Amino acid sequence: MNLGYYPGCALHGSSNDYEQSLRACLGALDVTLAEIDDWICCGATSAHSLNHKLAIALPARNLALAHRQGHAEMLAPCPMCSMQLLRAAQAMASDHGLRAEISEMVEAEVNSGPRVLNLIQVFQHVGLDKLKAAVRTPLKDLKPACYYGCLLVRPPTVVDFDDAEQPTSMEAIVAALGAKPVEWSYKTECCGAGMTMSKTETVLELSGRILANAAAHGANCLVVACPMCHVNLDMKQGAIEEFLGTKFGLPIYYLSDIVGMALGLSAGDLGTDRHFVLGGQN
Amino acid sequence: MSRIGVFVCWCGENIARTVDVQKVVDACAELPGVRSAQHYKYMCSDPGQAMIRAQIASEKLDGVVVASCSPHMHLKTFRRAVAAAGLNPYLLEMANIREQCSWVHHDKGQATDKAIELIGLSVAKARFDRSLKPIRVPVTRRALVIGGGVAGIQAALDIADSGYEVVLVERDPSIGGKMAGLSETFPTLDCSQCILTPRMVEAGQHPRIRLYTYSEVEGVDGFIGNFKVTIRQKARYVDMSKCTGCGECSKVCPLKRNLSEFDYGMGMRPAIYMPFPQAVPARPVIDKKTCAKIIRNGCGLCEKKCAPGAIRFDDTDKMVEEQVGAIVVATGYKLYDIGREQNSSKLRGYGEYGYGKYKDVIDALQFERLISASGPTNGELKRPSDGKIPRKVVFISCVGSRDNAKGLAYCSKICCMYTAKHTMLYRHKVHSGEAHVFYMDIRAGGKGYDEFVRRAIEQDGAKYYRGRVSKVTQENGKLIVRGADTLAGIPVTIEADMVVLAAAMRPADGVAELAQKLNVGYDEFGFLLESHPKLRPVETNSAGVFVCGACQAPKDIPEAVAQASAAASKVAVTFAATELTREPEIAHINEQTCAACFACVRTCPYHAVEKAEIRARNGALIKHTARVNPGLCMGCGTCVAVCPSKSADIEGFSEEEIYSMVEALA
Repeated sequence: MNLGYYPGCALHGSSNDYEQSLRACLGALDVTLAEIDDWICCGATSAHSLNHKLAIALPARNLALAHRQGHAEMLAPCPMCSMQLLRAAQAMASDHGLRAEISEMVEAEVNSGPRVLNLIQVFQHVGLDKLKAAVRTPLKDLKPACYYGCLLVRPPTVVDFDDAEQPTSMEAIVAALGAKPVEWSYKTECCGAGMTMSKTETVLELSGRILANAAAHGANCLVVACPMCHVNLDMKQGAIEEFLGTKFGLPIYYLSDIVGMALGLSAGDLGTDRHFVLGGQN
Repeated sequence: MSRIGVFVCWCGENIARTVDVQKVVDACAELPGVRSAQHYKYMCSDPGQAMIRAQIASEKLDGVVVASCSPHMHLKTFRRAVAAAGLNPYLLEMANIREQCSWVHHDKGQATDKAIELIGLSVAKARFDRSLKPIRVPVTRRALVIGGGVAGIQAALDIADSGYEVVLVERDPSIGGKMAGLSETFPTLDCSQCILTPRMVEAGQHPRIRLYTYSEVEGVDGFIGNFKVTIRQKARYVDMSKCTGCGECSKVCPLKRNLSEFDYGMGMRPAIYMPFPQAVPARPVIDKKTCAKIIRNGCGLCEKKCAPGAIRFDDTDKMVEEQVGAIVVATGYKLYDIGREQNSSKLRGYGEYGYGKYKDVIDALQFERLISASGPTNGELKRPSDGKIPRKVVFISCVGSRDNAKGLAYCSKICCMYTAKHTMLYRHKVHSGEAHVFYMDIRAGGKGYDEFVRRAIEQDGAKYYRGRVSKVTQENGKLIVRGADTLAGIPVTIEADMVVLAAAMRPADGVAELAQKLNVGYDEFGFLLESHPKLRPVETNSAGVFVCGACQAPKDIPEAVAQASAAASKVAVTFAATELTREPEIAHINEQTCAACFACVRTCPYHAVEKAEIRARNGALIKHTARVNPGLCMGCGTCVAVCPSKSADIEGFSEEEIYSMVEALA
């Protein structure tokens, strides 16, 4: 499978362990990624809180580039990026005037663009049966709490991919690898996201609740698909433990880490040795 | 017709402002066949009608053209006026020079010319009009009531007590509907079963009510006064005539752990079961999906135990036909399926409340069963997960209602009241318990209703929060309910033992299919459409078909009962006449020229054209022909369009009349 690849800022910066992980993991599954040449910021939270047009124009340019570079499907592993790309495509699909205006703005003919996929959808694309067959190290001791966060499944009118409140698609993948995902309550709660810079205590409280609930339901690790979630749950876990006065010690894996581990890739291959909370399998 | 009178109406200013009526009258007087032409300010008024009558008498008119508003408005008025003067009312034509002319044009000259042309068309048609007689059809004075809930029972009893026979069809094994499963009813807290079961028994024993339970309406043919209804009696596997209702079969059935439909999954029932002890008829039914004998020829214990020998494992669905003259639809409602698969992408299920995931998150009807004296816990409130008495219960209203984003736009109307009732009943059973309610608005319009809600809050101590719940999660065996109190402006978190969701009311399953069989309209949500929301609230656009209860819109018991009685009285009005009249503008076949190709028989959407034979006096076959059943024909004209030999025609809209109009235009 050949996919266009939109890394977004995080995967080339603070979360380059995520990029290392998914390149290693998808490579083992014969999925090749072609990074979009000359991609720019998706706009993230800043654009759409300041300027509606800008929030559409930024992702629209990326869609136009991907289309021009011949990609029918494009992976955007960061849920914020994929949501912004989908939202821009949706807004322009229903408003031809807007599409013409944006095309002029970004100096490229913007059409429906490639189909934007998140990481879960790529694994679904590969197929659970194929994944199951490729497993070399069944993860039978792993009891992950699959954590979707806010944007992977929301807003439902834009991403329309799994139940917005009780999603189950990650569990299906993890179970195919031999792990035993736990049923828990905080799958789609907010981790505090960007507040980590401005109001750190809010993040400690919100992310702390997520870790506590996962632990209470018997999880021995968490699986995420969002770089921001990973920062708050992994990098901040020490601070959370200090703040709450409890010890969690829960390793936080990207979905690609988990799949990679089952495929027999090492911690060095996947970059899990660079996480803050190290798991037994690292 | 060659002595036609033309009457041009000013409609006050409505027509006269844009149409020069004097010029119109002068022009029309010259049209071939016109004897006289007049204009008047209000042709529909008494003096206007008198003018028509006088002209018919003095000028010996044999046809009348009134140029005024749409025939929807005043066709009946002018037909009556013409008939009063002794002329056949079908010799009247109307030219619409208001909606189709004066109201839509500005230029007076052009509008006047158009009015003259429109009247010219009607005059051309009037020249070929023939006297027609309304068709009289006999009325079968027998009614069908579909649905045996409180509305259907009320309608059936009222019709039967008026002296007419009733066929009452219920899909479930017993009549009683949703009300039979309720605990107590607002605003008086009288026990639901205590007031309903006597009515059920009355319906079951009424000499003029024929009860078909565990049955569904399969097909409906015919028209007002003469419906032919096909009813599917589902296989019950129990011979109703032999069974005594002793209940021994249910006792010996080893397959006792099937979720009870009547208890909405809160209790269990055997494979052979009566839905509830007060069922009418008090006869069991075998669930063919679970019975071991039916599935794999095992067990058979009930058959051995049954002394009267009423078990019939070889039972099959049976089709029954009934003739009725009127139909009352009372199919009721169901609750919004919270969290489950939704049949529409617009409905998004409210996964955040954890219904179906957490056992102690239940819907309002399930709560009714848990606090009902006849319920699976015998009226003691025990929560589903572990049977403990919940000390703190959160009630969430408007789950699915008034939510354009992921639910339904309408208000379900009864939830505010039953939620207040739930808090009261809960506090009466668990004195130390806490009842918390999250609401959007409290809508308690009705006799004694607002007082009831105030009582729940002020005397029985329910805590009300104006705000929505964002999520229900589970921690340490508690349901964590997080919501907002928008009046205090603070987030609220409640650690509850149980959560009750006031799910929206939706029309019962299968209503759309039924509506299509009955030619009754329904709205975007599936509720059946009444003929006029204010003035014809129980009639439908299908003559002889009436609606009542929650199949028309969400409503509570008093309203459903009132509407049922209204529908019953409409049935009685229909049955007051021995004959019904229908408009005579239907198809007829010229049997002399008919080539018996039967294209019309195949294309008629109402199955109103039949194959017939013409025989000589000695019985020898002369020819085959098509023939129209005047009772069924709706006058759509499809047969006229397909007939290759031009033998089919419509009375009042004959080809001669239509072509004369076309020629008048040319």
